[in-house]
Amino acid sequence: MNIVVLLKQTFDTEAKIVISGGKVDPTGVTLVINPYDEFAIEEALTLKEAQGEGSEITVVTAGGDVAEQALRTALAMGCDKSILVSDEALDGADEWAAAEAVAAALKDVEYDIIFAGRIAVDDASGQVAVRVAEALGIPSVSSILKFETDGTVATVTREIDGGNEIIEVPLPAMLTAQKGLNEPRLPNMMGIMKAKSKPLEKKDLAAVGKAAGDVAAKFVIDSVSLPTPREAGTILKGEAAETAPELVRLLHEEAKVI
Amino acid sequence: MDFQYTDEQLMIKDMVRKFAEEQVAPGIEERDEKEEFPVDLWNACAELGLVGITFPEEYGGLGQDYVTYSLVVEELSRVDPSLGVTVSAHASLCANPIYMFGTDEQKKKFLPPLATGQKMGAFGLTEAMAGSDASGTRTTAVKEGNEYVINGSKVFITNGYYADTYVITAQMDKEKGNKGIAAFILEKDTPGFTFGKKEKKMGIRSSATYELVFENVRIPEENLLGGEGNGFKVALQTLDYGRIGIASQAVGIAQGAYEAALKYSKEREQFGQPISNFQITQFKLADMAMQIEAARLLVYEACSYASKYDRATNYYAAMAKVFASETANKVATQAVQIFGGYGYTREYPAERFMRDAKITEIYEGTSEVQRMVIAANILKD
Amino acid sequence: MANGIWIIIEQKDAVMKKVSFEMLSEGRKIADQAGEPLTAVIVGSGIAGLADEAASYGADKVIIIDDEKLKDYTTGAYTSVLNQAISSGEPSAVLIGNTAIGKDLAPRLAQRLGVGAATDVVEVAYDADKLLKFTRSVYGGKAVTVTSTEVRPVLATVRPNTFAVSEPDTSRKAETVNGSADIDPADLKAVVKEIVMATSTRPELIEAEIIVSGGRGMKGPENFAILEELADVIGAAVGASRAAVDAGWREEMYQVGQTGKTVSPTLYIAAGISGAIQHLAGMGTSKYIVAINKDPEANIFTLADYGIVGDLFEVVPLLTEEFKKLQ
Repeated sequence: MNIVVLLKQTFDTEAKIVISGGKVDPTGVTLVINPYDEFAIEEALTLKEAQGEGSEITVVTAGGDVAEQALRTALAMGCDKSILVSDEALDGADEWAAAEAVAAALKDVEYDIIFAGRIAVDDASGQVAVRVAEALGIPSVSSILKFETDGTVATVTREIDGGNEIIEVPLPAMLTAQKGLNEPRLPNMMGIMKAKSKPLEKKDLAAVGKAAGDVAAKFVIDSVSLPTPREAGTILKGEAAETAPELVRLLHEEAKVI
Repeated sequence: MDFQYTDEQLMIKDMVRKFAEEQVAPGIEERDEKEEFPVDLWNACAELGLVGITFPEEYGGLGQDYVTYSLVVEELSRVDPSLGVTVSAHASLCANPIYMFGTDEQKKKFLPPLATGQKMGAFGLTEAMAGSDASGTRTTAVKEGNEYVINGSKVFITNGYYADTYVITAQMDKEKGNKGIAAFILEKDTPGFTFGKKEKKMGIRSSATYELVFENVRIPEENLLGGEGNGFKVALQTLDYGRIGIASQAVGIAQGAYEAALKYSKEREQFGQPISNFQITQFKLADMAMQIEAARLLVYEACSYASKYDRATNYYAAMAKVFASETANKVATQAVQIFGGYGYTREYPAERFMRDAKITEIYEGTSEVQRMVIAANILKD
Repeated sequence: MANGIWIIIEQKDAVMKKVSFEMLSEGRKIADQAGEPLTAVIVGSGIAGLADEAASYGADKVIIIDDEKLKDYTTGAYTSVLNQAISSGEPSAVLIGNTAIGKDLAPRLAQRLGVGAATDVVEVAYDADKLLKFTRSVYGGKAVTVTSTEVRPVLATVRPNTFAVSEPDTSRKAETVNGSADIDPADLKAVVKEIVMATSTRPELIEAEIIVSGGRGMKGPENFAILEELADVIGAAVGASRAAVDAGWREEMYQVGQTGKTVSPTLYIAAGISGAIQHLAGMGTSKYIVAINKDPEANIFTLADYGIVGDLFEVVPLLTEEFKKLQ
C-alpha cells in the first residue's frame, strides 16, 4: 500500500509566544511535529507494518528549510521518504494556499490512503488536510478514533459531538487523526541513524507545477497580539467550611452565574 | 574544535528527553519510595536502542561515539538517575569489558544480546573487604579441568538480581596480589550463583543493588575474560569508561535539579515578587548553570578520548567524574536551598536529586580515588 | 449588492443545536449593521418545521434543503448541496458552528468554493470599511489574530457559547424557499454505518454553560463521583484534564485542552487541575473560572476569577451542599 502522511511543524506547546514586528517570533522556540500529526504517522506506521513488504510511507510538509527536522523525525519513526514543499511565495500562505501547494505535490505521488492530524496546535485552524482532500477529489473523514481497512475500504470511527459514528469510506481517502487513535511511538536509535539516508525531496512551487499567483492567500492576518491578561481573582484560603459557602455566595451574588 | 551536537545527536537528545519526561517521570516518586526496579522501563530503553550505543553494529550495537552515550545517560538521569545508572552499569561495566577484552567467540556470543538489551549486564568487583583496594579481593577462582570454581561474594552490585550476564573478578593466586586476579563472564542461573541482600539505599533507590553469592560456581574456561592474572587490568580499564557513565549521570542529576529550582524560583513569590528577582537567587542559579556547563564539557572531553579507546581516557574520565559528581552534589544541595522548606519535603524533586547525587562521589571510585588517578597521571613522568 | 449573511443551521433529529441560536442572534446584529438580509440554511431530513424557529431568532429568509440522504451529516453530501446553494445565492458571509460537523464541513466547502475560511472564531465585527473582521485564538490561547478577506463569500466557524442568544420573537416571519438537494454521486462515497451517542443526561461539553473538570488531584477514577454530584446539582457537564484522561480515569471525549476540546462556558470549575498551559488553551476563554487546588502556587490560580486553596475532597462536597441550598 502507498500511504501518505501530511505533517506540519509547530511550536512546542510549552513555547512562550513573543510578538515582534506584528508577527509571532519563532526565535529560540522549540519546533516539534504537530502532536496530532504524530497520531497520523503512528497510524500510517501501524498500517504499513500490518501490510508487510511493499508498503511505503511518504511524508509531506510545506514550510521553510527548518521543517526538514520534522521530516527527519518522521523518517526516524519509520516513514520511508519525504517531500518538503518550500517556496518563498508560500510565506504568509493561508489554508487555501497551503492546501493547493500540498495537493499539487501529491499529484506525482501514488497513494491509497492519506493520514493527517485533525488540527495543528499553532494556528488551530484545522483546514488544510480536508482542503487537500477536496483539491485531490477524494473523500475525507475528520477526527477519527479508530481505523481498519481491507485494502479497498476503510472503516473508521469518527468523533462527533456527544458520541461517535462509524463510517465506511472507499480508498483512496483522507483521514484526520484525533487524540485516542493510538499512542505515537518515539523514534528509536536505529531509526534516527537510518533517517539520514532516507530520501528528502525539496520542491519549490515550480517543481509541483504551480506559480506564485496560484497560491495567493485568500485570507490576510491583519494583526497578531497577546491576549488581554485576566484580572487577578479572589482567592479564598482557610477552612473548607468557610471557603465553600463564601465561593457559592460570590458566584451567586457577585458573578451571578448561578 | 566544534561544540555543537550533530543533527543526529540533537534528535537523539530530543527522543530520550521525551521518553524520560513522558514515560519515566510518571511514578518516579513511588518507585523511589518503594525501592522498585522498573523492569518495563529497562525494556523500553532496550527497544529504543539506548543500551548498546558505543558497540559496533556487527555486535548488535549502534557504532556511535561516547558523546552520544553520555547525552543519553545524562537525559535519563535528568529525570531518573536510577535508570541512568542502570543503563550506564549495563553498558560500561558489563558489555564494555567484554568488548574490550573478549575473544572473538566471547564477543559474538555475549555482546549482541547485551548491546540490544535482550539481556542486562552487571559487574561484580567490589567486596566487603575490597572497595577502592582491589587487592583485598577474597572471592577465589580455582581451575578444575576445563572449568573455574568460584567461591565468595560481591557487594553493592548495580543491576544485581535483574541482570542476566555478569562480569566478575576473583583471586586465583593470593601471593600475586592484583596480578593474581582474573575476570570471568558469569551467566545468571549458573548453579551455585545466588543473590544475597538487597541494599536499602539513601538515593538511586529504584536501581537494583544486590549482593552476589558464589558457592562452588563452575564457570567454563571459555568464559575467562582477558586471561588469567589480567583481572585487575580488566577492572581498571573498565572503570575508566564506567566513570564516563557516572559523570554523565551526575551532569543529568545536576541539570534536573537546576531546572527544577529555576522553574520554582520563577513561580515562588516572597516579599511580593518571584524569588528569581532577588540577586541572591540569581547568583545561585548562575553558579549552578556555569558549573553544569563546565562539568558537561569535561565529560565530553573524556568522551572524545573514550571514543578512540585512547589510554588518556583514564586521566580525563577521572577528572570528569570527580568534577561532575561534586557539581551534582553542589547543585542539588543549592536546589534544595532554593526550594526552601518545600525542598526538604518529598512533594518536590529537589531532595530526591540531592539524595541521588551523593552516590556519584562514591561508586566506581570515590572522589578520593579519582584524585589519586589524576595525580598519578600528572606525576608519572 | 451582497446577498446577505447566511447561517448554516446545525440540527439533530430536527432539533436545532444551541450554537445555531447563537449564530442567528449574532448574525442578526451583523446583518443589521451591514444592512443586509439574514438567511438561515437548514439542511437535513424532515426539517422544514424549523423554519419558523429560525425566523423567530432573526432570519429574514430560510432555505430548506430537505432530503432523506441528508438525514445524517456526511461531508460529501452536505458540501454538495451547500456548494450549490451558496454558488447560486452568493451570500457575502457564511457562518457555521465550530462543532464536529462545522469543523469538517467548512474547509471542504471553502475549498470547493475556492474561498478562505476563518475557523473557531470568538468575535465577529465590521471595521470602518464594512469589512468583516474575525478574531481567533491561536497558539493555544497564547496569541490572538484578527483576520479578514475581500474574497466573497467569506466562511467562518464560530466557537459555541461565544455569542449570546437573543429573545425569540415569534411574530417574525421569514420567506421560506426550498434549496436544491441534488447531490453529486461522487460526494456520496463515505457512508455512515452507525451512530453511537454517549448515554449521558448532562449537557454536551462544548455547549455546556457550566463545566466541572477534574485533574490529577482527583487521585483516581472513583473520585469523579463527587464532581458528578456537583455537576448534576448545577446542571453542568463534567470535563477532565489531560492528566486525568491519560491516567485512564475519564474517556478522551471529555478532555479539555489543547489536545482535547476547546470550551467556552460561562462558568468553568477546575478541581485538582494544576493549570498546565495546554489545559488553559482549552478553557481560557471561559467567562468565569473557578479553581480549587491544595497548592497555592498552582498555575490555575493565575487565571481564576475565584479560587479556593484547599483539599478538593473537602471543598467539592460542601459546594454541592451549598448549591443545593440555593435551589
